[in-house]
This record gives sequence, structure tokens and C-alpha cells, in this order.
Amino acid sequence: MMSSMNAVVPMLCVTAAGLAAMVAEAFRDPGESMPIAGLGIVGLIGAAIASLLLWDRNLSSFGVVTADNFGLFVTWILIIVGLLSMVLAGPTIDRERLPRGEFYALTLFAIAGMMLMAMASDLLIIFLALEVLSIPVYVLTGIRRDRATASEASFKYFLLGAFSSAFFLYGIAFTYGLTGSTRLDRIGSLIAAQAMTPTPMQLLAVGLLFVGFAFKVSAVPFHMWTPDAYEGAPPAVTGFMSTGVKAAAFAAFARVFLSAFEPLRGDWSAVLWIVTAATMVVGTFVGVAQSSVKRMLAYSSIAHGGYLLLAILSANDLGKGAILFYLLTYAVTNLGAFGVIGLLENRAEGNDRVEDYAGLWSEHPALAAAMTIFLLSLGGFPPMAGFIAKWYVFSAAVKAGYTTLAIVGVLTSVVSVFFYLRVVVMMYMTPADGHVRFPPVPRAAGVALAVSAVLIFYLGILPTRVLEWAAASISTIF
Amino acid sequence: MPFPILSSLIVVPIAGALLLLLVKDDEAHEALIRNVALIVSALVFALTLLLWMRFDATSGDFQFVERHPWIPQFGISYAVGVDGISLFLLVLTGFLTPLALLSSWASVHRKTRAFCMFVLLLESAMIGVFVSLDLFLFYVFWDAMLVPMYFLIGIWGYDRRIYAAVKFILYTMAGSVLMLLAILGLAVLHNSQVGSYSFDLLRIYQLSIPEPLQYWFFLAFALAFAIKVPLFPFHTWLPDAHVEAPTAGSVILAGVLLKMGTYGLVRFAFPIFPAAAAYFAPLLGVLAVVGIIYGALVAMVQPDLKKLVAYSSVSHLGFVVLGIAAMNTQGVQGAVYQMLNHGVSTGGLFLIVGMLSDRRHTRLIAEYGGLKRVVPHLVAAFLIVTLSSIGLPGLNGFVGEFLILLGTFRASPKLAAFAATGVILSATYMLWMFQRVNYGEVTNEKNAALPDLNPRERLTIVPILAMAVLMGVLPNLFLRPMEPSVERVLALMQRSTSFRAALGAGRSPAGRPVTDLELPAASRHPLR
Repeated sequence: MMSSMNAVVPMLCVTAAGLAAMVAEAFRDPGESMPIAGLGIVGLIGAAIASLLLWDRNLSSFGVVTADNFGLFVTWILIIVGLLSMVLAGPTIDRERLPRGEFYALTLFAIAGMMLMAMASDLLIIFLALEVLSIPVYVLTGIRRDRATASEASFKYFLLGAFSSAFFLYGIAFTYGLTGSTRLDRIGSLIAAQAMTPTPMQLLAVGLLFVGFAFKVSAVPFHMWTPDAYEGAPPAVTGFMSTGVKAAAFAAFARVFLSAFEPLRGDWSAVLWIVTAATMVVGTFVGVAQSSVKRMLAYSSIAHGGYLLLAILSANDLGKGAILFYLLTYAVTNLGAFGVIGLLENRAEGNDRVEDYAGLWSEHPALAAAMTIFLLSLGGFPPMAGFIAKWYVFSAAVKAGYTTLAIVGVLTSVVSVFFYLRVVVMMYMTPADGHVRFPPVPRAAGVALAVSAVLIFYLGILPTRVLEWAAASISTIF
Repeated sequence: MPFPILSSLIVVPIAGALLLLLVKDDEAHEALIRNVALIVSALVFALTLLLWMRFDATSGDFQFVERHPWIPQFGISYAVGVDGISLFLLVLTGFLTPLALLSSWASVHRKTRAFCMFVLLLESAMIGVFVSLDLFLFYVFWDAMLVPMYFLIGIWGYDRRIYAAVKFILYTMAGSVLMLLAILGLAVLHNSQVGSYSFDLLRIYQLSIPEPLQYWFFLAFALAFAIKVPLFPFHTWLPDAHVEAPTAGSVILAGVLLKMGTYGLVRFAFPIFPAAAAYFAPLLGVLAVVGIIYGALVAMVQPDLKKLVAYSSVSHLGFVVLGIAAMNTQGVQGAVYQMLNHGVSTGGLFLIVGMLSDRRHTRLIAEYGGLKRVVPHLVAAFLIVTLSSIGLPGLNGFVGEFLILLGTFRASPKLAAFAATGVILSATYMLWMFQRVNYGEVTNEKNAALPDLNPRERLTIVPILAMAVLMGVLPNLFLRPMEPSVERVLALMQRSTSFRAALGAGRSPAGRPVTDLELPAASRHPLR
């Protein structure tokens, strides 16, 4: 009995850390400082060790949570996301006087939900995980309670999220009605066994689940919530949700559509084609028009979602590995970028307009350099990780014959360079307007940014080993 | 294991740039920073000379080849090597970078450390482009090179620098991403034909690429290179970038970066896709001639010295593309030689313009006049560089243009005739400019007391002058080592003669066959 618990140990570690953070906050005297972030980091490191031990063992708990290598790879991405965002959130929490314990506890619960989502092999568990991760993120979005924009963002995100959850739930219900099961492997074999021509009911079920996922990965036209939520949330939270939620949702998306609904590929791929193209194009072109850096990165994250969809659509040996590598790269890069944004914010000013970055190079050369590395990596310049990731996706697309989408992809990535460079232009080529506005950089956050930057170069220059892991992970589920 | 000379060429500038990070970036350390950067780039130049000395001039194969698996899952390797074509481009890169650094000593006083770092990183990427034997590696360097150049233009440039920098990077990227897809397509094709992915140039040469695909891929490659060259009508980024860039940036941009486009045509686009190359060569030839004449005419009316030199680059690079499009020995050899010439003479012109603009802070021709009496040494250097750019016999420019026109004439006399007018036009605009700047009375009293060349400037310009004379007098020093490689490239370009005959596309507009392999060897080397 105990052995069947093995697969959920990583989530248990994180959940335990979350509970500990909550308890610690409850027993904290007002004014007393406690290393609550440390608790979370211990929990995450525990989860990392646990998933290291689970590697290659393909264990399953209760028949619905599978710790296969695919899930474990995503778990590691989530652990990196968790570690970086906990460290980078520190300055924001101090500055905004946010409830420290609650902040970390919610983050940890969300991570536990994300891990569950990455490993779930049953539609109901995926739904459960979706809720476990979404609810803390809704709260985190609005955690700056004194700000109207934060409440608005949180409320919007919550309403639309609940709406999409309903779609998702209906999809599960229809799927259950058709196949009599919610387990992915059974669904897959039952659908494959049924008639060659799919019934309208099947299409409806797939379509509803598709909408649910598309909302979570902010694919066009289900992306409307993204810019508002990203802008309203504190940058540390935005970095967390733009990477963690995305990683978990894409993992489940890939698992459901590439295994359970693989027999219906002919039907959903046409829709996915259109959604992918629209996501890349809208994300990029609307991004050009933004004057707020956070909104710009929100649209950029939509566009990056488009590249990930392209990898799912291609779904050949290259594409499947590309999903994981891209998620990892994107997580490290985007967290870094939002980390910098978070450090530049101060209580009086958002410092969020592109013009606010003027002269950053003179005041904080290291911070400007880090931001440049993140932005250039997002834009896909070698020798940064973003280049390898994009190259991987596009080679999958070319191989799968989606040449048109690949062309759309590379051209949109050129356009995206335009808006990433706007920030670089401000930082390096425009003189500051005089008064010092940028707060000093705390040491821990600086280290986190440096680690992200080094990781980006490592993944960009020596990607072989990680690519191997990604390929090995993906082969366990498809 | 032999000394990895090519890898050290790539690594030394990067190491130098990282070394500079250790020095504090302030006024007190400015001299130290400059000297370190200069020494590093001089070291690179010494290495390129060593390469030249040890280069086996009788072989057309790649030499000093290093191969290491890099991302083995996809057949990506770190493969570098040089042949007679890339050898001199490396020497040129090594030669111009220290001069560019020297030229910046008077004009760059802000953020000197970052400036030197970007120049060194740029040098590394440029060297990488010329030595890559793996298409993926090539693309990495090709794209990575944009970033330091972007910063050089954008931070240390003139008034409209930001516009120019962004335009530069976006134009080049827009062209090159399609090439990236074509490269991916080639690897996938290799996978379907051979059973494994490969980006290795030598293996890609052996692919038989089906016909419609070959045309598309060629267009993707050619677009990337045509923008870089820049070939008319893709040249609009160049005047902006040149004019706004600091002197060092202009020197490197004109001297080396533009050559990447023509180098790409010779190394990749033409030999990998021979049938498509033969089909599109006449079109490229026509565009090149249009560029020659258009660039010259526009240069003539420029009031700004830098803009004039920039448009003259469009014209001169047109000659290079024309030589490649001729697809015969003289044409290609002349094209490669002309790449070096243009690097030396246009690099020299930008250095001179930089010196004038350091003195007067203007680049308008109308602001000058009668400089000959004020700064005789500077004007003497200016004269030699101008004449070398025009192509006066005895200086470097003549040899390249002559070979190109000869090769073009054999492929298409009509194009050669039109191109030859470009030679006349270039004499017109250059000499007219020279006359307005240097002869006559000193009309503007601000010019009356300008200082002549100082020792640093002498050190900068004398190597250029020496090189211009050397390349004009002893062309075989350069032509002979490049010849076997040119022959090999031509053989690759002419792989599918029968294929082209079937298409009827192997004929130049004049109806003569493009190939010249059947000619007696003696007739191929008019300069020997």
C-alpha cells in the first residue's frame, strides 16, 4: 500500500511545506520575521530529490497519478519555477508589505497542483489539479488588495477561469458518457476501437476539453484575460503564473491530446492549426502596440504559447521533445524578465512603461545586462536558450510538413524582436531623465537572476544533455 | 592533436571581452581598456597571418578542420575549416578590427569598456561565420553577430542611431529566418535521404535536392544574403546603418559584414543549389548591374561624405555579386578578390571620413574645401584610398573589377557593358567629391587650422595604404591560394549541367553557356 504512494511524494513535500508556511504565519508574532521562504525552498528541494529518485521507474499511485519521466521532467521545471519565483518575490513582499506566509503558502499549493496536473493520467484528477492550481493563483493575482487594478485582474481571471473550468468539466462528462471512463489510457483505446468516422458527440467532447485547455494556455481567442491578469498581479506572481501555469497546462494538454485523443488527430489538428497561427500572430502583433512592459510580456507569452502549440501540433519525435525543452527555456527566461520588472518597481511608481527603462544601463548595468539577456533569449537570438528552443520547434514543424506555420512562426518572431528591442533601446540608448527611481537590488534576487542568465547560456550553448532528457522523458508516454 | 588555430581565432576575442569585464569602466582605466582590446585584436590578426603562412595554397579542400559533435541527436557538429576563399576574409577581419579600434580612440569616450567588448564579440562572430562548416553553426554566428553590431550603432552612433540600429537588425533578421527554415528543410531532407539529420556542409553538398524544393531553398538563402550584401533593391538599411554608425562600426560593417552576404552566396547558396543558382544567376546579375549603376548615381548627389561612401558600397558590392553570378573562374575569383579590395578601400574611406569628422564634427562635403593645403598628409592618404576605390591600375581595386568584368563578359557581354559604366561613374563621383573636399581655396575658416595626421592616425591609415598597394601590385599573392578553392566551388556549381541543359536555364541572357570548364587553363589566368 505504501509503495503505491511513491508517485505522489514530490507533491506531498510541496504541500507539507505549504502547510508549514501557513502554520508558521499563524503563530508568528506581529513584527517577528521568520524565514518562511526557507520552508518553501526546503520543500521544493525535497520534491526535487524525490523526483530524482523516481526517475525511470514509471511508478503509479492509485492508478491515476503516474510519475513517468514526462511528468517528472515537468515537475523539475515547476521546481525551478518555484525556487526562482520564491526568491524573486522577496523584494516585492517587503516593499508591498504583503502577507508573507500566505504568499508563500499559496505559491506552494499552486505548485503542488501544477505537479499533480503534470502527472495526472485521469481526466478527473486533471480537473482537480486544475482547480488546486487555479484558486491560489486567482488569490495571488489579487494579493495587492489595496489596488483596484489587482482586484479587477483577479476578478476577471477568476470569472473567466471558472467559465473555462465549466467547459472542461462538460468535456469530461461527455467523454465519460462516450467511453465510460475518465482514465486516459482507456479513453484512448476505446476511441481508437470505435468507428473510423468520429461521432458528433466525440467531437463535442474533444472540443470542450480543447476550450478548457486553450483558456489555461491563453491560446487565441481564449487569451483575453491574460494581459489584464498579468498586468494587475505583482510582477513576481506574473512571472510565476506565466511560466508555472503554462508548463502544467501544456503538460496536461500534451498528455490528453497526444495520447487519449490521438486517434481523433485528423479532426482536432485542423482547429489547432488555426488556433496556433492566430495565437502566434495576435500575440506578436498586439504586443507591438503595448506601452507597458508587463502587458508587452503578456502578449509575448501568448505568442510563445503559439510556438508551443506548434510543437504539439507537429507531434513528431522532434516536436514532443521540443515541448519540454521549450517549457524549460521559457520558464527560466520569463521568470528572469519578470524578476527584473519586479525589482524595478517601487511603491510610488510602477516603472512599468517602456520609457521608464531609460538609462537603466547607467544606473544598474548588471540588471540591464540581465534583462537584455532575457529579452534576447525570448526573441530567439543565439547563443541564448531561446534560439535552441525555437529552432527545435521549427524543425519539428518543418519535418511534420507544417511549412506555412513555420514561416508564420519565424516571421512573427522577427516582429517580436522589434518589441523586445524597444526595451533594450530604452535601457542602453536613451539617457535617463535625471532622478534616481530604481531601488537597490537585494542580494538573493540578484543571485537568482544571475542563475537564470547562466542557465540560459548553458541551455543555449550546451543543450545536448537536457535535450536528451527531454527526448527520453517524452518517450515514456507516447 | 594539432593546435586548434581556428577555434582559438573564435575564442581569443571572446576571452578578451571577458577579460575586459575585470577592468573597472571609468576614465582612469580608459587607456588600459583600449590597450587590452587592441592587443587582443592584434593577437587575432597575428593568428590569421599564421594561418595564412601555414595554409597549403595548392589544395582546394578545407584545411585546419576541427570537428566535434555538438548536438549529436540532430547531427549538429562544431565543424570549422578554411579554404582559399575564407582564408583571406579571415585575414581581412583580423586586419580591420585593430584599425577600427584604433580609429575609435578619439571619438569614443563614453562606456569605452562596453564599446571594446562589443567590437571583440563582433570579431568573434564574424570569424565564426567565415569558418563554419556546419550550417547550424553558421547560422548561430550569423545571427549572433547582429547583437554587438546593433549595440555599436545604437549606443555610439550619431543622431538617428536608434532608428538605424533597429532597422539594421530587423532587416537582417527578416531575411535570415527564412534561411533558417531552409537550413532545417535541408537537414530534414538529409534525414529522409540518408537516414540521419545532418547540417554538415560537405554532406549537404552531396544531397540531390528535388527541383521545386531547390528553387525555394535557394530563394530563402539568396534573400538572406542579398539583404546582407546588400543587393538592390534590398539595400535601404545600409545607408542608414553606415551613416549613423560610429567610425569603427562603419569600418567593420563595410569592411567585413557586407562580405558575409557575398561569402554566403559563394559558399552556400550557389554550390548547394546548383540548378536553382544557374536558373536565378541571370536575375541576380541584372539586379547587381542595377545596383552598380543606381548606387553610383545616388552616391554622386550625396551631400554627406558617409552617405556617399555608403552608396558607393552598394555599387561596389554589385560588382561582387555580378562576378559570382557569372559562374566562371574569372568572375568568382574576381568577386572574392573584390570582397577584399572593398574591405580595404572602403574601410580606408570610412577611416578618413572618421578623421575629418573627428576634427570638424561634420560630414557634409560643403563644409570642407581646400584641405590639401591645411592637412597635406591626410589628403595624400585620402587620395590613395580614393584611387584604390575607383580601381586605378596598380592599386587593389583594379584587379578585382577587371576580373569581374572579364568573367561577366564571357557570360553576358551586355551585362558587362552596363557594369563597365559603373566604373566610369565611380571615378566621377569619387573624384568630384575629392575635388570639392580637398582642392581650391579654404572657403570655410574653421578648416584653416586643422591639425594634420597624428601618430595614432598614421598607425591606423598606413596599413590600409600598404595593403592597397600590395594587393594592386602582387595580386597573385592572394589569387593563387584562392584558385584551387574557387575551382572546387565552381565544380560544385556546375554539378548539374545536364539538369540545367534540360531546363534551358543554363544559358546566360546572351545565349552563351555559363560553364567554362572546357577552356584551356592558360586563358583562365589573364594576370599571370
